[in-house]
Amino acid sequence: MQSNEILINSVRFIILVMFQILILNHINFLGFVNPYIYVLFILLYPINGNQSLLIFVSFLLGICIDIFGDSVGIHAAASVFIAFIRPYILKFSFGVSYEYNMIKINKAPPVAKMVYVITMVFLHHFVLFALEIFSLSHIILILKSTLLSGIFSVLLILCTLLLFSRKS
Amino acid sequence: MRQIIFFLIRNKNFLLFVFLFLFSVGLTIRTHSFHKSAFVNSSNFVSGTIYSVKNDIVGYFGLRKEIKKLVEENSALRNIIDLNTSSSIPPLDSSVAFSKYTYVTAEVINNNYAGSKNYLTINKGSRDSLHIDLGVISSKGIVGIINNVSRKYSTVQSILNTKSQINSKLKNSQHFGSLVWNTKDPNVVQLIDIPRLAKIAVGDTIVTGGMSTIFPKGILIGAIKNFTLEKDENYFQVDVQLFNDMTDLKNVYIIENNDAEEIKILEKQMEDAEQ
Repeated sequence: MQSNEILINSVRFIILVMFQILILNHINFLGFVNPYIYVLFILLYPINGNQSLLIFVSFLLGICIDIFGDSVGIHAAASVFIAFIRPYILKFSFGVSYEYNMIKINKAPPVAKMVYVITMVFLHHFVLFALEIFSLSHIILILKSTLLSGIFSVLLILCTLLLFSRKS
Repeated sequence: MRQIIFFLIRNKNFLLFVFLFLFSVGLTIRTHSFHKSAFVNSSNFVSGTIYSVKNDIVGYFGLRKEIKKLVEENSALRNIIDLNTSSSIPPLDSSVAFSKYTYVTAEVINNNYAGSKNYLTINKGSRDSLHIDLGVISSKGIVGIINNVSRKYSTVQSILNTKSQINSKLKNSQHFGSLVWNTKDPNVVQLIDIPRLAKIAVGDTIVTGGMSTIFPKGILIGAIKNFTLEKDENYFQVDVQLFNDMTDLKNVYIIENNDAEEIKILEKQMEDAEQ
């Protein structure tokens, strides 16, 4: 990674955490639906970047959200999980040779991009709510929360990507 | 040896993932067991400061409503004073001077109610002589119990938390039960273990039971919204509509029971004697 990329990613980290804890954690649409947009950091991490570093930084990202939300470890676990499986999801949504085909996710074909965002967000939310609710007898509640929050997050993330995509 | 090192290097991502994942899940599971205070919580210095800065900025928006609430409470208290002083002889009550409970005011700087285990953060901490296991109420009803304190901030385990169980009773009789939450609605909690002998009706008031050292007796909780009694069950299932709007909290009171230590020592002696 170049120093430029390090700077961009650090700023993105701080802005996303602040945005999440100060605004999005208090939306509570329909009483319990909150979008979790900080996943965007893991989605946008450079594809050729260091994988171990991503896993560690994702842990930091999750634990930050946990500290502010008093949710002890659930965001950290979910973030670490999707950081780890990210290469497989990339391969699944962009094809085997994704590393050579493009450098920026913004330049990918829209369908592949949506598949990538949706898979990552839903996996993250499922782990998150499974750990938060932590009981098999509430599996319906877990799935319902995952679905509703997931739709909300995906919409927000796609909007953010559109908003900040640079035309080239 | 070399084999092991190669193995570690080859699988370093996987091992790092497993380690961090298990660490976070461990933290989660640790807090699922009742009443262990966590060390990852929002009463620490950094998050407390950020939340109170945010509160300084956002706090002005709800000011009008807050003033209205405080004025309402003031007038209610004034009524009580008038009732007491209207009798010709002023009451000479020594218990006022040595009151059993002391009250501290605090402001809520962070409030969660969307999850299944909710906590609030307030802007008073150990330097205001707060400690774990103090009750927190607002002018309308109970809020929760303090479960973590730092120097300047504390976190409160809300009644909207599946770990909370608060002793409560019907206002017009002595039947008591436990207050729990089924995570569905932030304004409705459930009262369980009320025996079927109790006469209850929709609209009855529920208050705290005073069986623990945390809340005094008779603090308002809510009114019965509906109740069911299964045919061969011995206990009612009661839905309680809270008087408090848990989604809109600002000024709260912390109650300290000055006799708590004495009561606890006494109970501990008895437990020790039984063993």
